[in-house]
Amino acid sequence: MGAGHAHRLYRHGHSPVHALPPHTKLAAAFAFVVVVVSTPREAIWAFGLYAVLLGVVAHLARVPAAFLLKRLLIEVPFVAFAVLMPFVAEGEQVDVLGLSLSVNGLWGAWNVLAKGTLGVAASVLLASTTELRELLLGLQRLKLPPLLVQIASFMIRYGDVITDEMRRMRIARESRGFEARGVRHWGVLAKSAGALFIRSYERGERVHLAMVSRGYAGSMPVIDEVTASRAQWSYALALPVAALVVCLLGWTL
Amino acid sequence: MHVPDGFINAPISAATGVVAAGAVAVSLRGARRELDERTAPLAGLVAAFIFAVQMLNFPVAAGTSGHLLGGALAAILVGPFTGVLCVSVVLLMQGILFADGGLTALGVNITDMAIVTTVVGYAVFRGLVKVLPRSRRSITVASFAAALLSVPAAAVAFTLIYAIGGTTDIAIGKVATAMIGVHVLIGIGEAVITALTVGAVVAVRPDLVYGARGLQQRLKLRVNGELVDAPDATPVPAAARTSRRKLWITGLVTSLVLAGFVSFYASANPDGLEKVAHDKGIDKKEEKHASSDSPLADYGVKDIANARLSGGLAGVIGVGVTVVAGSGVFWAVRRRRSTDTSPTAVENV
Repeated sequence: MGAGHAHRLYRHGHSPVHALPPHTKLAAAFAFVVVVVSTPREAIWAFGLYAVLLGVVAHLARVPAAFLLKRLLIEVPFVAFAVLMPFVAEGEQVDVLGLSLSVNGLWGAWNVLAKGTLGVAASVLLASTTELRELLLGLQRLKLPPLLVQIASFMIRYGDVITDEMRRMRIARESRGFEARGVRHWGVLAKSAGALFIRSYERGERVHLAMVSRGYAGSMPVIDEVTASRAQWSYALALPVAALVVCLLGWTL
Repeated sequence: MHVPDGFINAPISAATGVVAAGAVAVSLRGARRELDERTAPLAGLVAAFIFAVQMLNFPVAAGTSGHLLGGALAAILVGPFTGVLCVSVVLLMQGILFADGGLTALGVNITDMAIVTTVVGYAVFRGLVKVLPRSRRSITVASFAAALLSVPAAAVAFTLIYAIGGTTDIAIGKVATAMIGVHVLIGIGEAVITALTVGAVVAVRPDLVYGARGLQQRLKLRVNGELVDAPDATPVPAAARTSRRKLWITGLVTSLVLAGFVSFYASANPDGLEKVAHDKGIDKKEEKHASSDSPLADYGVKDIANARLSGGLAGVIGVGVTVVAGSGVFWAVRRRRSTDTSPTAVENV
């Protein structure tokens, strides 16, 4: 817990995007992705405009391009999948560089790549401009069930603690000469996982008792109510509205 | 297996979102029943555990390694409702924070990976625990089978969702082959790890394992130097129990034998029409009948070269799915009938 309370994906800053209330940002990101997903895939230029819109947001949030691009790497497995698509899809074939590719598959690959990349970029921008606790407050504000938000907040709060416990167990194993090389060593690793479960569960019980002794009765007190003015809402929703205009143009043109 | 945005079309994403929201709402109520007011801290910590254990790499061979998905494990360790909640929260956080899985595909991801794996895993587990003798070993065996079936079941669910709302028209047979073939392999790894992990927990703290609550040792009294069973607080009607167990065993074994072994031999000889079609080469054309779109098309897991083995495997998976569906309905009916009569055993967790 001593290592600061911001997650690794958060990028501290004081930009206008950072200052927006979290629930407006969540709503805007979600609406933006919905609009992107419902755009026809034939309107290639529309996806370019979406990318420009996200670029503007990143510029306003002062998130450097390198940071954004590095985070986009999480998408690589899907890229591999998308590359396979033109080879396995059905329908009429077209010859590209001597390879017989399916037209439908090419469209499908483009569809997944474009929409997936834009979706990932939107989530990355959201996570890098919103603090964890704010994010959870925003979720609560958006009427997610309070119990679910509490579970999520405990998961986030203790995620690092549990991961650290796992790391310590790994160091303990390695300092005793253990090296996992194959299936034969699964037993040891699984015992570690079992021990980790017992530790997590018992920690949960202790946390609960500590909370009860401080007056917990099933719901967390809300200390700072986040509110958003109409101006902040309109500022946040400018992104999805602009995207919606692009999307409508994409359907009509 | 995290589905990105744009992979499944908008209406189906919305529909699965509704399914996921409903299931999470049901699990929230159920988890409160399983854990009462300790739900938030305990489910939160278990979610953190699932999150951490997904990062634990299990080396397979030659540099490749796999990791646990954790649906079946969560269901067995903390109960199905809490399990669904924990995995859903993990997926939600992965989607929002790590951009792992699209925001609009959250419904698909939760339905597929949180609900199907947990529910199928737990149903198989309960069914097996019911028929197997009460011992630690059978808990391990049951968790092995539960995890083994839960992963291909998720692959089947994904294939179904893809068949309805996929954005590319790849032949469903191909998707099913690739998905199920790969996930049967993944399922084997998942099964071994889950069984070992559950075994490790049961060996140390059997009281923490939700699925092993019936396993507690009877209290013994030493009377004049002899061990005598302590009188039960709530006498269990033993006769009805054994007869039902016998019925379960017979049914399960019969169907598994039929599906696995009989189709092992039967499917090696394709039936007349199929053989003709094959000889004439007409089955290469598009004129396939409707059921060839089904995930277990032609009753074979196609990735596996051996026709007999693949047919048998498909049979066993089929029986697994059927048993799950059937016992789900059975349970729902029985639970409704006996909600107020059953003795609610309050365990000392």
